[in-house]
Amino acid sequence: MVGIAPPEIAADQASGGWHVRGDWTLRALSPRIAAIRRALKAVPADARWSLDDVVRIDSFGASLLWGAWGQRWPDEIEVSAPHRVVIDRVAAAAASLLPAPAPYTLSDAVAGLGNGLFAFREHVLAFVALVGQLCLDVAHLIRHPREWPLLEISSNVYKVGVKAMPVTALVGFLIGVVLSYLSALQLKAFGADIFIVNILGLGIIRELGPVLVSVLVAGRSGSAMTAQLGVMRVTEEIDALAAMGVSRTQRLILPKVLALTLAMPLLVLWTSAVALFGGMVSAWVELGLSFGFFIETLPTVVPIANVFIGLAKGAVFGLLISLVACHFGLRVRPNTESLSANTTASVVSAITIVILADALFAIGTRSIGVPG
Amino acid sequence: MRATPESGPVISLSGVVTRFGRNLVHDGIDLDIARGEIVALVGGSGSGKTTLLRHIIGLTRPAAGEVELFGEPLHDGSVHEQIARRRRFGVLFQQGALFSAFSVGENIAFPVREERVATDDEIRQLVALKLAMVEMEPQHALLMPAELSGGMVKRVALARALALEPELLLLDEPTAGLDPDRSSSFVQLILGLRQELGLTVVLVTHDLDTLAAMSSKVAVLADRKIVSYASLEDTLKVEHPFIERFFHGEQGRRALARAREDG
Repeated sequence: MVGIAPPEIAADQASGGWHVRGDWTLRALSPRIAAIRRALKAVPADARWSLDDVVRIDSFGASLLWGAWGQRWPDEIEVSAPHRVVIDRVAAAAASLLPAPAPYTLSDAVAGLGNGLFAFREHVLAFVALVGQLCLDVAHLIRHPREWPLLEISSNVYKVGVKAMPVTALVGFLIGVVLSYLSALQLKAFGADIFIVNILGLGIIRELGPVLVSVLVAGRSGSAMTAQLGVMRVTEEIDALAAMGVSRTQRLILPKVLALTLAMPLLVLWTSAVALFGGMVSAWVELGLSFGFFIETLPTVVPIANVFIGLAKGAVFGLLISLVACHFGLRVRPNTESLSANTTASVVSAITIVILADALFAIGTRSIGVPG
Repeated sequence: MRATPESGPVISLSGVVTRFGRNLVHDGIDLDIARGEIVALVGGSGSGKTTLLRHIIGLTRPAAGEVELFGEPLHDGSVHEQIARRRRFGVLFQQGALFSAFSVGENIAFPVREERVATDDEIRQLVALKLAMVEMEPQHALLMPAELSGGMVKRVALARALALEPELLLLDEPTAGLDPDRSSSFVQLILGLRQELGLTVVLVTHDLDTLAAMSSKVAVLADRKIVSYASLEDTLKVEHPFIERFFHGEQGRRALARAREDG
């Protein structure tokens, strides 16, 4: 500030005391803080102090001096009454210290593990309750067909299905090209070029298509669902719905779950088709296999059952992703940290659960649709 | 005329024009607020009170006109000068705007920590002091904002606004959402702090009780301009339809009568 002397501390030769002068506020002290701290340290403990020339002092300046005095008033001091009040206030605050957060101990670690287990149990219970509530909702809607939230379902199908088509197509095409190219290199070495159709057809239709789409959709739509429900909780919109007698599961969650369960098989079909097209292009360039040959051979080497397995996987994965996303969305507490933690947990859990379910599918369908 | 920073107005608006699309909100606002005043900014809903406050904070820039704080144009100077200017005022947002991922203590410590001069012990002392100033207990420092009641959120937000001991305090609806008892004790709190710290206060409010109890001057925003800037007594004498409705309605008369009894 213009016109006020900078903060300063100096020994007074004449009286042998220490003079504190100028503007002892945080803003004035900040640029000179290191020098001031050094100067304060150099003052002997039994020094005489004079604060008469201090123009202004704020609580940071006061706390600096109070620290230098060892948390007590010096024996000999000259200070004006208003400044004494400021320092007294800091002294009172220093006496009533903030409670420190408890340090982390071994028993905390054990308790943390226990709490983690309880939390997991609670997650499972809440998830089961959510699924149960959805079943009740569906039963209710079957008895009262006029209440189906058709508008919400169709808008969700558009959001999670139609709008996801470009990105799934791009990724599917590139994966198809890469897979076909790498397989072609190996097959050429054995002269088994024709088997590229078997590899691509079985791999993409049965396995890669559904899993690839699931990962993309979990990242794209699952996170969006969790974040949307989470923010609606933070802003009390969900409570407002409940207060109007509108069931949150029926109006918010059921449409999302149904929409993704419906849209995912279609997305799987779309992505698998584009990935096969990518593989066809690559096979044509690399091995000289014509499109016509590829398309003619495909149905003979890949039984139609594989398409149905892929579609079933798509539906189940869509159901799981949307359930997990809604489950975590409803658990968001009203703060930003919780929102980000739950969105992360939603995506990671959804992908993990999808891959676990995929393993179960592989075991359950091991004798179906595999030639030979 | 360019006044020296010490004696001139703390806030000076000249010819401020704001447009949202084709909607003209402010049409040439001139206002000088002197040091030590408590100015209540009143106006109908949608008259641009909060927008004007956001211009003063520097969150938005007017389409035309000049905003000066402490005698310097708000957006002038290097980045460091602008930051230093911002740290000379504290803002209490309508909803408190506490950082929800931080505890109460960390919220209050945040502005001080940003200065990077105070040690951890000093910061703890300062946080305890600020908590005491807003009449809260030291153990409240460990609570999270989600665990606080509405009145406590405002107190913590005020403590955070005061963390750097600003010269100017900007309050957006400080008593909205508080019950009358809480809001009058909040007003007393701010008045007490203003006495102690020599603050200049600008508040946006709809609450006539708060206005009558706190303000030394009233700025009335209507017809896209400041139609009156005077003490409450003189404001009442101005003839303007908005002032008529706002102060001379049934509620207005009762609030003013109450304030006279108290004062």
